[in-house]
Amino acid sequence: MDRLDELENQSIYIIREAYYHYRNLALLWSVGKDSTTLVWLCRKAFLGKIPIPALHIDTGYKFPEMYKFRDEYGKKWGLKVVVARNEEAIAAGMGPTKKLECCNALKTEGLKKAIAQHHFSALLLGIRRDEHGIRAKERYFSPRNQEFKWNYQDQPPELWDQYKSQAEEGTHIRVHPLLHWTEKDIWYYIRRENIPITDLYFAKNGKRYRSIGCVPCCSPVNSDADTIDKIIEELESTNTSERAGRAQDKEDTYTMQKLRALGYM
Amino acid sequence: MRENLHFVVVGHVDHGKSTLIGRLLYDTNSLPPDKMEEVRKMSKEYQGQPEFAFVMDHLEEERNQRITIDTAQIFFSTDSRDYVIIDAPGHKQFLKNMITGASQAEAALLLIDAQEGLREQTHRHAYMLSLLGLRQIVVIVNKMDLVGYDQQRYNEIREQITKRLAEFSLEPMMVIPISARMGDNVAQLGENLSWYKGDTLLGSLDKLRCIRQGNEGPVRFPVQDVYEMDGQDILVGRVASGVLHKGDQVLFRPSDTAAVIEQIKVLDGELDSADAGKSIGLVVKSDKNGKTIKRGQVACPSTDNQPRVLSDFSASVFWMSEQPLKLGDKLDLKCATQQVPCKISKITNRLDSSSLDLLAEDAQELCDTEVAQLTIETEQPICLDAHESIAELGQFVLMRNNDTIGGGVVH
Ligand SMILES: Nc1nc2c(ncn2[C@@H]2O[C@H](COP(=O)(O)OP(=O)(O)O)[C@@H](O)[C@H]2O)c(=O)[nH]1
Repeated sequence: MDRLDELENQSIYIIREAYYHYRNLALLWSVGKDSTTLVWLCRKAFLGKIPIPALHIDTGYKFPEMYKFRDEYGKKWGLKVVVARNEEAIAAGMGPTKKLECCNALKTEGLKKAIAQHHFSALLLGIRRDEHGIRAKERYFSPRNQEFKWNYQDQPPELWDQYKSQAEEGTHIRVHPLLHWTEKDIWYYIRRENIPITDLYFAKNGKRYRSIGCVPCCSPVNSDADTIDKIIEELESTNTSERAGRAQDKEDTYTMQKLRALGYM
Repeated sequence: MRENLHFVVVGHVDHGKSTLIGRLLYDTNSLPPDKMEEVRKMSKEYQGQPEFAFVMDHLEEERNQRITIDTAQIFFSTDSRDYVIIDAPGHKQFLKNMITGASQAEAALLLIDAQEGLREQTHRHAYMLSLLGLRQIVVIVNKMDLVGYDQQRYNEIREQITKRLAEFSLEPMMVIPISARMGDNVAQLGENLSWYKGDTLLGSLDKLRCIRQGNEGPVRFPVQDVYEMDGQDILVGRVASGVLHKGDQVLFRPSDTAAVIEQIKVLDGELDSADAGKSIGLVVKSDKNGKTIKRGQVACPSTDNQPRVLSDFSASVFWMSEQPLKLGDKLDLKCATQQVPCKISKITNRLDSSSLDLLAEDAQELCDTEVAQLTIETEQPICLDAHESIAELGQFVLMRNNDTIGGGVVH
C-alpha cells in the first residue's frame, strides 16, 4: 500500500464511521479541490451511490466557474445538491467590504440556517491540518455547540480511530476525513484518480488560484502551471503557504482562530 | 510517492518541545516565508529574537500564556522522506491531549532539559509511551548550552532515563545531546558537542522505521456497517490485519457465523484480494441468516488463529478524565467497531503514572492520569487479540456519556 492508498483508505473509514453514527449527515461541498476530493472519496466509501446530501453554502460571490462546475458534476455524480444562501443578509447589503463580518454572515450564519432547516447532526468537511496553524489542532470528529462554538481548549481525546459517536441535543459534529492530507497529497491524488476540478486552479496569463472561495477575497498567485503535472512541480519547489492569497488570513494573526471559534469552516 | 513517518515530541513542560520543532522546520527549510514573517512579528511582541516556539503554538491563549495546550500536527521533509510531527503538550492537566497525539505516532522523541533533568512529566510520558505500545523512542537531551555542553551531565541523564525506560522494558534507540535554541546537533553536529559521536537529531530520524499493520498476521476484518444496494447486503469495513481473498472461508465472531467471501467490492468493480488497511465492501454467503452479520462482528480465519471471545478480562488502563472511575461503574467499551456496555469489577495495582508509586493494591477508584489493572465484565462477549500481535483488536477506549475517558490494552 503506498501513501496515497493509506490516505484514501483512512478517509473512507472515517466517512463510513460518520455515516454509521450520524445518518442525517451532509457533505459540505464548496466546489474547491479539497471538497471535490472529498466527494470523490464519498463515492468510493458508498460504492458510487452517495446517500447523503451535498450542501453548498452560496455567498453569491463565488466564481461563475464554480457554479457551472457544481451543476455539471452534481448531476453527473448523482448528488443531491442542497444550496443554502443567507438571503436575508444578502438583501440587507452584507458584502465583502465588511470582511470578517461578511464571512461570518454569509458563510457561518448561512450554514447555521441550513443545519437548522435540514436538522443535520453532522457535517463532512474537507479541511486539512496543513492549511493553517489552528487547523493543525483539529480532531477528526469535532463537536460544535448550539452557538456553533468550537471549544478548542478542551477537545475530547481521540485515539485508535474511536470517535465521538453522538451529538448532544442541539449540537452538531464536524467530521474531517481529509485532516491528515497535505496540499501536495491532494494534487497527487487528483492526478492519480483523474478527479475533475475547476479551471480556476490552472494558470491563465501567468496567474492561477491556489485556493478558491469568494471572488473579492481571493487573489491569484503568479504561476505558469497550466496542467496538474506543472502544479505538482510548482508545489514541490515552493514553500509559500497555500492560503497566502486568502484575505481572512491576513487581517491579524488570530483572525482564523476567531472565525473558527465562531463556527467558520 | 515518498513514505511518511509520524513521530510525537513529548517531555516535561518548558523542556523545549516547541523550540525544537520550530528549529527542525527552520533547519530543513520547511517554513514558508510568510510563516517566518509571522513568527518574527509575534516575537517582537514578546521582545525576543525569533522565538521558534511560536511556530507551533497557535492558539492566542497558547502564545500569551506561553504554553502548549493542545496537540497539533505539522509536516516537513528531509531528503529521504516526509515526516509528520505531532506536538504534544507537557502539562499534567493536558495529558489527554498528549495521549491523543502519541496514539497516532510510530515513534517518539522524549525531550529532557539538560539543566533540570528528569521531571514529573518526563516520567509520566515515558510510561504512557510504553502503554501505548510505542517501541521506537529517541531521547533528546536539550539545552546543552545551559550546562556548558558538559559531557558528564549528558552521561548522567542518559543513565537515569535508560534505567527508567528499562522498567517498562523499553530501550532508547539513541540518546542525543542538542541545543534547540542554538541549533547544535539538530541538523549539524558543530564544535560545541564535538565529544559526541552518534547521529545528529535529523540523522536519527531517518533511522526510524515506518510501522503499519501488516499483511503477515492472521485475517481480521471488523464489520463497520452494512449497506443494502441493489437487493444485496454489502459488509463494509477495513481489513485490520492479514490479506482477504475472494473465495476465503471465514468465521464471523463473536456470533460464530461461517461464511464464504463471494465478492470484494470497491467503487470501480471487484478485487481478488484486499491487503491490511484497505477499506472494502464484502458480499458473503453464510450458513445462518446473513442478517446476523452486523457492525461489530469480526471476520477471521475459519479454523485457526482466531481472536479470543471474552466477556470478562483484565487490561492495563489509563484514566483521562477529571471524574474518577469508581469500582462498579457502568461504562461503554469500544474496540475496533465493537461497542458494548461494561462494568468495572476490579481495580488493582493502582499507580501514580509519574512516580510509579503504588497508590493501592486493591482500589475503589482510579483518578485522572493514573494507571491500573482493571477487570472488565462486558454485557456481551467481544473479540480481543493481544495488543502486541494485532493492535487494533488489543486496544480499546472506555466511554461515559459518550465521552472517551479512559484507554486500555490487553496482552
Ligand atoms: N538556552 C536554551 N533555551 C532553550 C532551548 N530550547 C528551548 N529553550 C527555551 O526554553 C523555553 C521553553 O521552550 P519551549 O519550546 O516553549 O518548551 P515546551 O514547553 O517544551 O514547548 C523557551 O524560553 C525557549 O526559548 C535550548 O536549547 N537552549
